[in-house]
Amino acid sequence: MASTANADIADKHLLDGKDPEKIKQEMLRDYPPKIARKRAKQIVINKVDKDQNVPEISSNVRTIPGLIGQRGCCYAGCKGVVLGPTRDIINITHGPIGCGFYSWLTRRNQTDASTSEDGHNFMPYCFSTDMQDKEIIFGGEKKLEQAIQEAYDNFHPKAIAVFATCPVGLIGDDIHAVSRKMKARLGINVFGFSCEGYKGVSQSAGHHIANNGIFKNVIGNDDTVREGEFKLNLLGEYNIGGDAFEIERIFEKCGITLVSTFSGNSSIDDFANAHTADLNLIMCHRSINYVAEMMETKFGLPWIKVNFIGAQATAKSLRKIAQYFEDPKLTEKVEAVIAGEMPEIENALQMIRPRTKGKRAMMFVGGSRAHHYQELFTEMGMETLSAGYEFGHRDDYEGRKVLPDIKVDADSRNIEELEISPDQDRFKPRKSSEELKKLMEDGLAFSEYDGMMTEMKTGSMIIDDLTQHEADKLIESFKPDIFCAGIKEKYAVQKHGIPMKQLHSYDYGGPYAGFVGAINFYKDIERMVNSRIWGFLKAPWEKNPELAANYVFDE
Amino acid sequence: MNTARKKISKNHTSTQNPCKLCSPLGASLVIRGISGAVPLLHGSQGCSTYIRRYLISHFKEPIDIASSNFGEDTAIFGGGANIKIALENIIAQYQPEMIGVATTCLSETIGDDVNMFIYEFLKQRKEIPTPPIVHISTPSYSGTHITGFHRANLEIVKTLAAEKTTTRKDHINVFAGMLSTADLRYLKEIFTDFDLKHMLLPDYSQTMDGTLWQQYQKIPAGGTTIDQIKDAGNASASLQMGRILNSESESAAKYLNETFDVPSYELGLPIGIKETDRLFEALEEISGKPTPQKYVEERGRLVDAYVDGHKYVNGLKAALYGEEDLVAGLASFLSEIGIVPVLCASGGESGRLESTLNEIMDKNISEKMKILEGMDFKNIEAEVESMSLELFIGNSKGYSVTRRKEIPLVRAGFPIHDRIGGQRILHVGYRGAQNLFDQIANTILDQRQKTSDIGYSYM
Repeated sequence: MASTANADIADKHLLDGKDPEKIKQEMLRDYPPKIARKRAKQIVINKVDKDQNVPEISSNVRTIPGLIGQRGCCYAGCKGVVLGPTRDIINITHGPIGCGFYSWLTRRNQTDASTSEDGHNFMPYCFSTDMQDKEIIFGGEKKLEQAIQEAYDNFHPKAIAVFATCPVGLIGDDIHAVSRKMKARLGINVFGFSCEGYKGVSQSAGHHIANNGIFKNVIGNDDTVREGEFKLNLLGEYNIGGDAFEIERIFEKCGITLVSTFSGNSSIDDFANAHTADLNLIMCHRSINYVAEMMETKFGLPWIKVNFIGAQATAKSLRKIAQYFEDPKLTEKVEAVIAGEMPEIENALQMIRPRTKGKRAMMFVGGSRAHHYQELFTEMGMETLSAGYEFGHRDDYEGRKVLPDIKVDADSRNIEELEISPDQDRFKPRKSSEELKKLMEDGLAFSEYDGMMTEMKTGSMIIDDLTQHEADKLIESFKPDIFCAGIKEKYAVQKHGIPMKQLHSYDYGGPYAGFVGAINFYKDIERMVNSRIWGFLKAPWEKNPELAANYVFDE
Repeated sequence: MNTARKKISKNHTSTQNPCKLCSPLGASLVIRGISGAVPLLHGSQGCSTYIRRYLISHFKEPIDIASSNFGEDTAIFGGGANIKIALENIIAQYQPEMIGVATTCLSETIGDDVNMFIYEFLKQRKEIPTPPIVHISTPSYSGTHITGFHRANLEIVKTLAAEKTTTRKDHINVFAGMLSTADLRYLKEIFTDFDLKHMLLPDYSQTMDGTLWQQYQKIPAGGTTIDQIKDAGNASASLQMGRILNSESESAAKYLNETFDVPSYELGLPIGIKETDRLFEALEEISGKPTPQKYVEERGRLVDAYVDGHKYVNGLKAALYGEEDLVAGLASFLSEIGIVPVLCASGGESGRLESTLNEIMDKNISEKMKILEGMDFKNIEAEVESMSLELFIGNSKGYSVTRRKEIPLVRAGFPIHDRIGGQRILHVGYRGAQNLFDQIANTILDQRQKTSDIGYSYM
């Protein structure tokens, strides 16, 4: 990347009236040279050319020890994110007590157990083998076996999953052997995930391991074909704050049959049956694309990227579904549903837009939310100055077209890639290659995701795995009107005198997906950016405005 | 005092809905209570992230905890290189006055020699100013968050209070346990009113419950200063609060007593009149001054409130849960107001909760109590099945049990992440007892109003 001095003046893009390149240099100044060089590749000033090419961003690389980042571990991604929201699998954490405790119903995933016949809901429970010194020394397989037996005796679940924490891999407990043994003994599905916290560079490794495990042990176990003309799966939607309920409502209105959701408001029975659907929709590309790819190879159902965050995005996604099924009835219904929902959206926007227009946002979350939520802010007339993922990969930033160029490092190589081939009996292409070609010509992109950067303005700052130090600098430099991240950043941001919205847990709010969700979000954000409490704060730049000027123009 | 550990096991092997957290969390909290200190967890980054998010959800303050970010190769080859990079980066970014390195089950299982890593690091930096680095061994497969808390206090004192430098004896050391920020502030107020200079370790009353800032602070202001801790060996006395803690073979106060002859006053957590009276007696003895009038009045008002409200609470049955010393303190308080804590449960397993409670409770009450260690909420729920209870007292994690049982919950202890202000619930001293008493009595009155056909609004 060219430094400011060499940059062509005509090529220089200001961000909110400031030179982003200069702010980047300010951020890096406090790091030792080696670390500054590494971080420089993860802080990129966006530039979208006419062919939709964007600069390369280093991502999915290790966090440097001692920098305060926001990433979780492999276990968190596997147990907490992907498997956590499924209500009727008993998840047993095999390890000392901390990991199980900290991932005990902290993600606010919701579920509706009344839709399952047995009414099972184990999400409010935390099951742990609570390993002690004794097990670390002599092994914990016996205790794990006992824990599985007890969970079974107490609840008679349909399935039990076992999650390995750091010490398990080190002492060599074979959770898979124990799972197989207990599966045979109990006659229910028991399977393990080797998601020790030290694997990979972030929770992303855990997502991959979770995908592999569900695919190997669950998907395809039930071939019952359900009723319904337009059957699909929604992947990477975790029903935080009831998002999935709103999407389900819209699908139902449109006459679309949702076979399974991975994994918001989900049951293991739905996973087992997922391969009978005719289309996979991907919401969070990062956490779930592996399952979609494997299902396509083995069973022949294609996937498309959708986004139900934002009213326009929701409408666009519904139209993509209708286009795929090529049925005039469905198209008509989808259009009617959109037309029915839009007036309320317009009303809400008319009320809040005068108070949100021109405000500036920043968001640093997850592997898709930092992208998706920009839609909602755009609808409100707000601009996203800076964004980044906690655990995204280059394809989430730059689009899947860079996949062949991504170097696989040792950390990624250690995560198993399953060898998948078409199922002899059950592989059935849902569309012929001619049909697919025609749909693509008509603009429906299969197995494609363009990433976050192509949709962001040139000049905006894209920062991967944002550190606390960089967050502080960003806030000092731009004083955004709202900063979106998670609980770990929340109070630091608020100490700066900036409103902060949690996009992991929604601060007890939500749903924010779909049409109803969009309106909820407009209202919540409008209240926050116009809240009176901020009038009681005196932030440093308000007290001493020339200080802010110095940040930009000195050097 | 140190009785043999008696293992009281629950009726199942695994743990379902735990009533304890892990050891590095306690150590991290202590480090955050020291001025200018930064905690570093030596292990996988998930530990620091999880512990941060948990502490933050209770304290509602920014909390930075660094990690040495183990990868798969680190787990195999050891964390020496990572810890060095982490320490360098923390020093460069934060210019800390101390770094506390707490281990995790990962680094403990592979057997990293953290003391040697620190020794090597300090040796390499002989010419460069480097803050003190304290190593705290906190494998999470051993003990609970309280174990890590007390272990951190001990290691910090051991590392920093290196020598007896004067014979001044003009101050006291206080090891008050894992209390709320309001508790810590109140204790400091009491010592100040006795004209006692004090070193409260840890003191996160400001760092974990701060004001809004005019200027962003990398490390929030406040906390026990390093100089205060260095001076601990010169104190006239140490106050250590927590009967279970006192019965441990090792503790910060014991260490200072054995090494520097600092007299140790071992008290219970000052919850309720009886245990608070003992604190004031000790303070009168150490300071040579009578209890200030302010506290005489606080005590008087408290007794007056007990009189006003006793008929509403007397004879009720409650279940108590949480860390052992908190349970002991709350049980002592409840017995004063006539509430029988028919279940006293803890996730801790010191083996001494029962003997401790028998020591402080009247026999006619303690024989009605069921005292259980190593408990999880599955056990607690099973135990209360046959008890007719009016009240639960404990942290947010018991909420789902109370919801199913339709019994009100008065929140106390840690973690409280379903209410605003959980970090500043006042438990200790006469004022704390007053707060708890009002909360409990009003919860009962509220329950009666709700379940009454008429809904009286006049007592």
